[in-house]
Amino acid sequence: MNRSFHKSQTLRFYDCSAVEVKSKFGAEFRRFSLDRQKPGRFEDFYKLVVHTHHIANTEVTIGYADVHGDLLPINNDDNFCKAVSSANPLLRVFIQKREEAEHCSFGAGSLSRRRRPLALREDGPRRRTHLHIGLPHDFRPVSSIIDVDIVPETHRRVRLYRHGCQKPLGFYIRDGTSVRVAPQGLEKVPGVFISRMVPGGLAESTGLLAVDDEVLEVNGIEVAGKTLDQVTDMMIANSHNLIVTVKPANQRNNVVRGSRASGSSGRSSDSIASRHSLPAAHVLQNLPPDEMESDEEADVVLEGVLEPRLAPRPPPGSLARVNGAGLAPGVHSPGREGSVQRLLSSLRSDPRHSLALPPGGVEEHGPAVTL
Amino acid sequence: MMKFRFRRQGADPQREKLKQELFAFHKTVEHGFPNQPSALAFDPELRIMAIGTRSGAVKIYGAPGVEFTGLHRDAATVTQMHFLPGQGRVLTLLDDDSLHLWEIVHHDGCAHLEEALHFQAPSRPGFDGASGLPSLAHITVVLLVAVGDMAALGTEGGSIFFLDVPTLTLLEGQTLGPDEVLRSVPDDYRCGKALGPVESLQGHLRDPTKILIGYSRGLLVIWNQAARCAERIFLGNQQLESVCWERSGHTVVSSHSDGSYAIWAADTGDSPTVQPTVATTPYGPFPCKAINKVLWRSCASGEHFVIFSGGMPRASYGDRHCVSVLQAETLVTLDFTSRVIDFFTVHSTRPEDEFDEPQALAVLLEEELVVLDLQTPGWPAVPAPYLAPLHSSAITCSAHVANVPAKLWARIVSAGEQQSPQPASGASSWPITGGRNLAQEPSQRGLLLTGHEDGTVRFWDASGVALRPLYKLSTAGLFQTDCEHADSLAQAAEDDWPPFRKVGCFDPYSDDPRLGVQKVALCKYTAQMVVAGTAGQVLVLELSDTPAEQAVGVASLDLLQDREGFTWKGHERLSPRLGPLPWPAGFQPRALIQCLPPAAVTAVTLHAEWGLVAFGTSHGFGLFDYLRRSPVLARCTLHPSDSLAMEGPLSRVKSLKKSLRQSFRRIRKSRASGKKRMVTGSKLQEANAQLAEQAGPQDVEVTPVQRRIEPRSADDSLSGVVRCLYFADTFLRDAAHHGPTMWAGTNSGSVFAYALEVPAAVAGGEKRPERAVEAVLGKEVQLMHRAPVVAIAVLDGRGRPLPEPYEASRDLAQAPDMQGGHAVLIASEEQFKVFTLPKVSAKTKFKLTAHEGCRVRKVALATFASVACEDYAETCLACLTNLGDVHVFSVPGLRPQVHYACIRKEDISGIASCVFTRHGQGFYLISPSEFERFSLSARNITEPLCSLDVRWPRDATRVSHRSRESPKLSQANGTPGIILAPQSRDGSPDPICKEADTLEPPEAMLSPMSIDSATSADTTLDTTGDMTVEDVKDFLGSSEESEKNLRNLSEEEARACAILIK
Repeated sequence: MNRSFHKSQTLRFYDCSAVEVKSKFGAEFRRFSLDRQKPGRFEDFYKLVVHTHHIANTEVTIGYADVHGDLLPINNDDNFCKAVSSANPLLRVFIQKREEAEHCSFGAGSLSRRRRPLALREDGPRRRTHLHIGLPHDFRPVSSIIDVDIVPETHRRVRLYRHGCQKPLGFYIRDGTSVRVAPQGLEKVPGVFISRMVPGGLAESTGLLAVDDEVLEVNGIEVAGKTLDQVTDMMIANSHNLIVTVKPANQRNNVVRGSRASGSSGRSSDSIASRHSLPAAHVLQNLPPDEMESDEEADVVLEGVLEPRLAPRPPPGSLARVNGAGLAPGVHSPGREGSVQRLLSSLRSDPRHSLALPPGGVEEHGPAVTL
Repeated sequence: MMKFRFRRQGADPQREKLKQELFAFHKTVEHGFPNQPSALAFDPELRIMAIGTRSGAVKIYGAPGVEFTGLHRDAATVTQMHFLPGQGRVLTLLDDDSLHLWEIVHHDGCAHLEEALHFQAPSRPGFDGASGLPSLAHITVVLLVAVGDMAALGTEGGSIFFLDVPTLTLLEGQTLGPDEVLRSVPDDYRCGKALGPVESLQGHLRDPTKILIGYSRGLLVIWNQAARCAERIFLGNQQLESVCWERSGHTVVSSHSDGSYAIWAADTGDSPTVQPTVATTPYGPFPCKAINKVLWRSCASGEHFVIFSGGMPRASYGDRHCVSVLQAETLVTLDFTSRVIDFFTVHSTRPEDEFDEPQALAVLLEEELVVLDLQTPGWPAVPAPYLAPLHSSAITCSAHVANVPAKLWARIVSAGEQQSPQPASGASSWPITGGRNLAQEPSQRGLLLTGHEDGTVRFWDASGVALRPLYKLSTAGLFQTDCEHADSLAQAAEDDWPPFRKVGCFDPYSDDPRLGVQKVALCKYTAQMVVAGTAGQVLVLELSDTPAEQAVGVASLDLLQDREGFTWKGHERLSPRLGPLPWPAGFQPRALIQCLPPAAVTAVTLHAEWGLVAFGTSHGFGLFDYLRRSPVLARCTLHPSDSLAMEGPLSRVKSLKKSLRQSFRRIRKSRASGKKRMVTGSKLQEANAQLAEQAGPQDVEVTPVQRRIEPRSADDSLSGVVRCLYFADTFLRDAAHHGPTMWAGTNSGSVFAYALEVPAAVAGGEKRPERAVEAVLGKEVQLMHRAPVVAIAVLDGRGRPLPEPYEASRDLAQAPDMQGGHAVLIASEEQFKVFTLPKVSAKTKFKLTAHEGCRVRKVALATFASVACEDYAETCLACLTNLGDVHVFSVPGLRPQVHYACIRKEDISGIASCVFTRHGQGFYLISPSEFERFSLSARNITEPLCSLDVRWPRDATRVSHRSRESPKLSQANGTPGIILAPQSRDGSPDPICKEADTLEPPEAMLSPMSIDSATSADTTLDTTGDMTVEDVKDFLGSSEESEKNLRNLSEEEARACAILIK
């Protein structure tokens, strides 16, 4: 691969606002430039790319290498702008035929892995299955194995991201007895175990939890000495961001420490998923985890149309206003409130939306509600 | 990347010291009537009374405020109790044949009841039988002879043993066997038959050597213990029930199983006496039930009293619980609503007095204590200053009002007096007056309000140790109920024989369950209150000192607000009586608001200053201006997919049953399909199945109840239930202007805040101008965790809760700080959160469930005063969890301060009934009839402080004999005490605590149990208004899994039980 980007310095030098683009399709390179301030729209860029590569009648996907060397997609105006503005100094663009691209995943480290063509070629037969796996921007984190570096190898700390997932968490727990090694030999102690998986539920689909796994901790709190009900309540209370430390019943799939350089969560979960072909344990690691932490519990606040006290009275027909004299339901403008209700229930149905709310919450202007 | 936030405070020694000065946990006193009483005793010298219960509790009562409680180590039924007169000691007999000697000892000037000694009858019938010695198995009666130094024990075998009371040791060689007695009996009476068990032992008042022995077969013997001979013999032939020896000793009265009693002359005639002087069957001639106990009391007037229980005609009145009082020609049949346990008369016991002169008759019933004044003509009932039957109709809700102003107090008391006119000597005629109450006059008046199933609200004086009834408000008169009272009264009057007289107030039968009171709120400054009931009725009442006749305005409020697709399938609304109705002095209705659909009211709040009442049901909430009698607001909180809310409580029962049935069906199906699989399976499967079977026994043991892990979803059933309502004068619009607001919280974690436009009152005028109150939705908060909102409170700029209406304006509380930023504290079942106002953003929070695995059941803001510093106090949040623990958190920091185990977690009705007071105390029901009072505050403790003048020489040896357990630590009725001192001192675990800790009950029977608990869960829903939806849902969830449960019956019963109760 051509690494001599320095040759292009002349180009940059003579127009600061221009971004040099090096576009690669197969073995072919094309070079052109874009305006850093006004990169234009994605569609135009797409046309430009297919035009310069003379592949106008082929469906392609476009990706670029970001500053960390990760292969990230360009498929809308936003990430196109991001790609152009973050180009430092050169924007490296990779073009693939769409059918080929479907099998290569974007994401962290994906670019480096692509450099080992053998790995890709090996799962050639599976290519024909034509699984439709969406692009990374369609993914949200669903689960991960975390704290591999501090949790004993026989245990597994699993994080289930409930937000953004329509699936039920989908597991049941039960009481049981587990055997512990104590100074005086083996002893039986009561424990809490996963008893059932709901088919198609989140827990099952991650493949990280299984029936008869012993639950040791819930969000960092040991369950020893707690009743089944307490553990149930703790799990439900933490269900938006549930972290369970389990001792898997099947100890063969454990992450072996040291086999990988780092115990970063993304890699370990990936490794589990790929090594054992567990279904869809996908993790998007470029979402900063702190973000998940901070807005884990963002309660939705809807502001009414309250005006400062100085105003004589709120405008007539305002939201959820009831005429004090009559209490006839008709006066109560059900339509408008209904719309808020609908909005609120739509918020409820997808709590992820609420996370995206601006910090000021939702503002209402009379009947209309703006997010 | 993962940070688990532990809220562990650094061990700040200063803070720890302060905590000790502020918080301490005590269970202080049990109010109400002991549950399941089984024995009664009275000490005429000290004038104290003892009641024993089936759970082994001993309670001693004297004058109001004088109370002692003890609990036997074994939860066995107390069958008999006997006072050692004047000594403050009581001997108890349990049904396990053990005798216990309790004594009232003084520590630091205050008296406590402690167990001194106990004696277990050596029950070796085989050995004794072989050696020919009579066995001491099955003690039937106990008599204290020789003024308490010796006790005679009558047994089932007919022998009488003698026991040295001070040491509780058997006096060998004094035993009186039936053979010895039979020797004095003529041969024709003997005729080879045994005498039967000893039914009665009576001592002579003046001659302690004589004992009157009654055998079951009917033989009565006056035995001289000194001479060891039978002085007189009465050859009764009817099976004996009880015997009474008249004080002079001349007359003996025996009662029999055929409903007759006989009078025997003891001083004349020859021995053995064959015929009684008089034998009569008072309720004959048709077969009668046994007379269980008879008393003969002489009077100076010559007209003696004969008082007996039972003896009713078997066919016509065999089911009545009666005590008959007969004096000369006057017969009154006291007709009680519950079983008669025992009775005694208060009379002179000085040997030098010639006559008994009974003053009063005290009858202990299963559910109440009734005392009749026998000296006043007509024998009126004396109102008891304590032992009030709280449960005369089942308690459905309770509320506590602290710091009641003296004026309101006097008005309520006077209304109560007008309600039940007392005889002039009312207070003084209470005959049980022993001991002195050393407790100081309570610094403030506390009212406990209990709402009942029959639509009454009872007002109790909860200021001191004795819970005293003050006033009873009945709301039933406002409604037309199906069966009118007049009918039943007319029925009662149909016969004049036997001369029944209804006594007592225990009446568990409700005319109409819709009358049940669900929520009560009282404004103590304006004497206005609101009572809300099961059929969606909300009643605003005001205290009036004069009777009045007036019509009550009725307003209906549709909380569904034209929401489509819902039809109410529950009970109908109560139809109010129209037109003017007479109302006695007391609380008189001003307005009636009917919620539609008529679901039970789940939350209510009153703001007398603004003239507003807010109420919520499972469908929505409403706001009503009761000054102008116009509705202000109605808001539906139903989620569109919530269908369960529309079915009334009845259909919910049905669905519960249905789900049970379904789960049983599923079990059957799964068994059948399991077999099929075995047959058709491949070899591999068969092998696997065999393996599984081999592993089966262990597996079955550990395969228990499953619990589903699923977050609450928006469309959970009953998500629309309004759980709390709150009025506050705070900043909702902007940070510069405060104004009236109303807050509502629902079961699904929604909070609605309304800004209210309340027209200012005209200066000096009571009535507001004719301008309507307006409500505008200001904020709507959806808690992401969706747990039910339990409480809402606004904190002022200094972090203190806002005062109650009128409190600040009448200078009764410090005015709230309106300068600093206000904050709102929202307590859900899972966490507490403080949000800033007017911009609602989270400030502090504590996630209780996430940390502790318990859920919030009750919360209250309470002021905790320091014991060390006179004027230092902190406002804290007290919280009761579903595990029965009480936690205290600082406000507004929400830092955990202390927590204590308070209620057994299996005791759902106890947890549901808990009320906190404003000063760090609380009440909860330990039985349907008893409130346990507890205190979280180190300073504000209401406990019995009393002394008793006992006369008996205390020697040092006895002190060392004393049981290690302090009575304070044990609680009657098996509620766990604090597990601190006794365990550490004697090393052996307290049996009560052990019972609470381990979850293994002795017997196993799952299937009837689960059905049982289904119904019990349901009834508690009805009786205690505060049962949450989760309780039912939990049950549904677990019943769904009952197939698993059934596979391991024995092991899992306890857990299943725990889960159902949760």
